[in-house]
Amino acid sequence: MYRTANGEEIFVIDGHTHFWDGSPANQKNIHGKQFIECFYAYHSNLSPPSEKWTLEKFSKYDAKTMHDDLFVHGYDDMAILQPTYLGDFYKHGFNTTERNAAMKKSHPERFILNSAFDPRDGTKGLEALHENCEKYHPKGVKLYTAEWKGDSKGYKLTDKESYKFLEAAQKYGIKNVHVHKGPTILPLNRDAFDVADIDDVATSFQDLNFIVEHCGLPRLDDFCWIATQETNVYGGLAVVLPFIHTRPGYFGHVMAELLFWIGPDKILYGSDYGIWTPKWLIDKFMAFEIPEEETKETGSVLTLETKKKILGLNAARLYGIDVEAQKKKIEAAGGYAHLAESVHAPE
Amino acid sequence: MSSMRDLINADRKAEVWRRLETVTDPELDEPVTQLEFVTRADVDAENRVHIEFRLPTYWCAANFSFLMADDMRNAVKDLPWVADVSIVLGEHMYADKINAGLARGLNFQETFGAEADSDLDELRRTFLLKAFQRRQAALLAHLIGAGRNAAGLVEMTLGELVELEIDDAGARLRRRYIERRPTVSDSLATSRAFVDADGDPLQAETLSTYVRTLRRVDVNAEFNSALCRGLLHARFDTETPLSTKNGRRSDESRVSAQDM
Repeated sequence: MYRTANGEEIFVIDGHTHFWDGSPANQKNIHGKQFIECFYAYHSNLSPPSEKWTLEKFSKYDAKTMHDDLFVHGYDDMAILQPTYLGDFYKHGFNTTERNAAMKKSHPERFILNSAFDPRDGTKGLEALHENCEKYHPKGVKLYTAEWKGDSKGYKLTDKESYKFLEAAQKYGIKNVHVHKGPTILPLNRDAFDVADIDDVATSFQDLNFIVEHCGLPRLDDFCWIATQETNVYGGLAVVLPFIHTRPGYFGHVMAELLFWIGPDKILYGSDYGIWTPKWLIDKFMAFEIPEEETKETGSVLTLETKKKILGLNAARLYGIDVEAQKKKIEAAGGYAHLAESVHAPE
Repeated sequence: MSSMRDLINADRKAEVWRRLETVTDPELDEPVTQLEFVTRADVDAENRVHIEFRLPTYWCAANFSFLMADDMRNAVKDLPWVADVSIVLGEHMYADKINAGLARGLNFQETFGAEADSDLDELRRTFLLKAFQRRQAALLAHLIGAGRNAAGLVEMTLGELVELEIDDAGARLRRRYIERRPTVSDSLATSRAFVDADGDPLQAETLSTYVRTLRRVDVNAEFNSALCRGLLHARFDTETPLSTKNGRRSDESRVSAQDM
């Protein structure tokens, strides 16, 4: 919960969090080591110095640390757990649904548990998805189209197999499909982070929502075009938001563009925890205004109403969360005890 | 005391660095030297050039890595005294594969086989066009800001652009733009100075919208640039060439595909 200087309460749903194990004991090979080190480089490059962790803490943090970073020190009311399997790099997976489920179990009022699938897993994958949906009733899935699997270095949502999985997921009650489309990495020149395939599936699956994580950066232009055309395409701010510290002018420009092209109802906050932590991200976001020259050009303004939508109301709508009822549940579980005395205002 | 050979070598080394300054990272449109990617460029007694480079992450796209290596080789190999050019990429997940391909003079397709499904020339052109657009948007925005009117700009010839009275910042943007102008179409003194990516003339009425749209290309490039510089800095001790932050030589952890 974030409280403005006037005492107004802002309900925060963190659209993108991880409970991972990237520790050396779980690394299957050099790629697992390089993967967590690359995440760590993002963390140490874009975090304010006071928020930097050691590589050791970053590689594997415990459930209490995560809970407190999100909900006690940070302003999150709820967090969506997004799995990332990376079975070719990590012995027990990097961040699996099972691992996340244990986290949710200890704080059911706090977490939204998402599942995942990989269309290259065929019939076995479909069965696993079915089983997962029966067991956890997730409303969302996280897809990582650039994940390695054997000889394959990625897939596209337009693949025939992807359609099968999306149809099945819809049947099992999935509403929201989060797709990692971020900075260019592997594979080769078959660019699995290209956003073009979203356009196609968003048209074919009108009842599903597609949340493009990281707004497709560095392909912001392609993403904005697609999201403008398709009513069911959203943008997730994970990785975009931390630029608010290192490059505030640039962040202002991106926000102005996003608001101009896709509007305030289709942008979702996400910390990408444990890469970044909610406390500093939201402090800076609440204090942020789009620079005047950007506003002059695009007409975009980050009003308090818009901030509320981005921080929680948009995700609440997608995930069917009744904010007032949820607050009561959190209150009843003692989740707001730490707020009793303090009033949080932007720095 | 320096011998004649040492002096010649120092000259040649400087010549190699100057050539390398013309090679850009395709996505960032900045020289690989300025980005601190190149960690070594030496000339040995047999006039062979040895270049080593590194990238901001272990995962940087293999096609871009290969393209930069290829461009570096092409930039250097035509110097009249060069006997041979060796290029080595450090600490990258495809380092072994790329280095073996480079050493044998293979192209990207031959090096990666079935995993590579489009050719590098097309990729190179895509990014030269993006660089053209980015440089054009910067120059146009500058000229519009300095009070030039749209009608005058769309009619202007390259010859007139070259002659234009302009401040230092503008002159730099102009130099960068003119360097990429031939990517799109013939660049004679009588050609239009400003054309779109298809080589077609621009319209005065829509010029400001056109520049605005191009600025999105710029946002993408800026995102990459800020990120890549930061990641390189986070990954390497930039004071000590080819060392990681914990002091280990990067080539000790080179990986082969068999580790998978």
